[in-house]
Amino acid sequence: MKHTLSVTVDNHPGVLARVATLFRRRGYNIESLSVGRTEEPSISRMTIVVDGDENILEQVTKQLHKLVEVCKIMDITAEQSVDRELALFKVKADPQVRAEIMQIVDIFRAHIVDIGRKSLIIEVTGDEGKINAIEDSLRAFGILEMVRTGKVAMVRGPKG
Amino acid sequence: MRLKGTDIFIRCLKEEGVDVIFGYPGGQALPIYDALYLSDIRHVLVRHEQGAAHAADAYARATGNVGVCLATSGPGATNLVTGIANAYMDSIPMVAFTGQVPVAMIGKDAFQEVDITGITLPITKHNYLVKDTAELARVIKEAFFIARTNRPGPVVVDLPKDVMTGEIEVSDEAVEMSLRGYRVLKTPNAGQVVLAAKAIEESSRPIIYAGGGVISSGASPELKELAEKMQIPVTTTLMAMGSFPATSHLCLGMLGMHGTRYANYAVSECDLLIAIGARFDDRVTGNLASFAPNAQVIHIDVDAAEIGKNVGTHIPIVGDVKQVLMEIIHRVKARPERTEWHELIDRWKDDFPLLYSEPLKDEAIMPQFVIEKIYDVTEGKAIITTEVGQHQMWTAQYYKFTQPRTFITSGGLGTMGFGLPAAIGAQIGCPERKVINIAGDGSIQMNIQEMCTAVEQKLPIIICILNNQYLGMVRQWQQLFYDGRYSYTDIAVQPDFVRLAEAYGGVGMRVTKASEVEPALRRALQETERPVMIDFRVDREANVFPMVPPGESLQNMLGGDR
Repeated sequence: MKHTLSVTVDNHPGVLARVATLFRRRGYNIESLSVGRTEEPSISRMTIVVDGDENILEQVTKQLHKLVEVCKIMDITAEQSVDRELALFKVKADPQVRAEIMQIVDIFRAHIVDIGRKSLIIEVTGDEGKINAIEDSLRAFGILEMVRTGKVAMVRGPKG
Repeated sequence: MRLKGTDIFIRCLKEEGVDVIFGYPGGQALPIYDALYLSDIRHVLVRHEQGAAHAADAYARATGNVGVCLATSGPGATNLVTGIANAYMDSIPMVAFTGQVPVAMIGKDAFQEVDITGITLPITKHNYLVKDTAELARVIKEAFFIARTNRPGPVVVDLPKDVMTGEIEVSDEAVEMSLRGYRVLKTPNAGQVVLAAKAIEESSRPIIYAGGGVISSGASPELKELAEKMQIPVTTTLMAMGSFPATSHLCLGMLGMHGTRYANYAVSECDLLIAIGARFDDRVTGNLASFAPNAQVIHIDVDAAEIGKNVGTHIPIVGDVKQVLMEIIHRVKARPERTEWHELIDRWKDDFPLLYSEPLKDEAIMPQFVIEKIYDVTEGKAIITTEVGQHQMWTAQYYKFTQPRTFITSGGLGTMGFGLPAAIGAQIGCPERKVINIAGDGSIQMNIQEMCTAVEQKLPIIICILNNQYLGMVRQWQQLFYDGRYSYTDIAVQPDFVRLAEAYGGVGMRVTKASEVEPALRRALQETERPVMIDFRVDREANVFPMVPPGESLQNMLGGDR
């Protein structure tokens, strides 16, 4: 099962390497990892999606806690939370299929952010399911390139 | 007051109570060495940086204080790596300082530049690259704090040359640490303690499985009190030898691959396994599926990540071992009668004592005999270090350790070459004690250069080489599991250890007869200012028994039955 961990860490150089080394060394699989600054400049937040059973998750959490620069870990999988990913797709788009692609873009409330002679770049944000769905829909036209940010998440309500 | 980085360095070390550093100089460490020259901190010059790391590690094991080693950048730093990994695997508090190229040259592949913080990432509790003289005092304070608190471990502090030569304005105020993600654990969960106490009272076949955490938290008195109050037999891991007196009727010796049969049988038959500061290492458990199959498990450890890592736990207690034991002792009502259980264990002890066969050839010395003699002549009061291999297991089996911090051995990493520099570190930490390195002829050659350090420092350590002219433990496995194909384990081509010891300025002796063992040891004990190396020519193919074959369960042991 996939778990989403929201981890706050000291905003020091090398923290990402420590976390990555821990996962590699213990053989845990990172599904996705995104990291960025928070409202507090000295703290960064990592959103880590881990695939594994309860035992693996327990070990991941405990081992992460041992890193001196890790401040707080929350498993927000079961929480009421908002999670989003951003993806960019470069899709083959000959003039005769453009209208159809634009319809799909509308349905998913995505945006076309660049137009080339034979291709379009589409930007979409949403949860993982939505991004997978638009990817499926666009595949028929030929996806030339795709890039996904990995998930960022936030718990709803005042809790943080 | 304006101070240079090196002044701050010395000042911080003194604040941490450091009185000795094991190290080796080099280009980028020059400013640090210049400051050491002018300071009154003792510096022990080793002959290879690996020796510095092992000596600092053993100093920490023998004294309980944080060990400190120092090397220059590049190869100096990488030579520390095995020693750092060794300390990490055995949770030893150590701070390793390394020189580094000036900040502006980092990342430019400068001469003797190496990314030591990157290299040591997975083998340190934490590490630092100091990029600003202003951070130095805080980092050093944090490094020592992290090394010695919670589950101890090594911390590397990488010191670029210009950070050490830089000058800053320093106030007299105490430096503040900045460790918001690091909390020191003390108080265990009271509910869990109650559960554990109840399980202990109710159990009819309990056993304590004590690990190195008992020693690092200084909990030997509490372990003894709990075991005696509740009449619980105690088996110890390699790391915990000495935490519980081997002379006690409750002591079952070591468990696991080369443990005693009675310890392993007791673990297999117990209904309550109380794991204290231990981590269910594969050398301890054998086949996990059949480890302590009928037992409820209480697991006490300061490191929450150890709980449930290898073995499921019924009653986990996270906290400092000493604190937890004190609270359990306080709660349990004494229950001295567990007659049936003790009778069963006594029967195993009678049926399967540790024993070794008579020599196969006339006058060949059995290695176990040498260890028994070492025990006799030191009255069990020496600090024993070992290398890694057969001699190490025989030492664990035949030397009856009664005090914590007297058996200093490389447990987790299994580092050949540990014992000699470890003896140096232990002797410097405990000058009043007799320190003996029990070695193999393979291992001793891995850090033999430290003989020079021992001579220079006038250390009367005794190195007992159990010389079978084989890499004995590997040979034993080849004999048992590889149809006797001794692939590259015959090391009969070797130096003359007597002349080698003398060449270094120490004392060398050779012993080839059993009757000479004790007199040679007694003569060695007379030395007060020089290391003594004794080359004991032992039976070449003696094996360590009993033994749990790899992957087998603890009940299925080879050898050691009459």
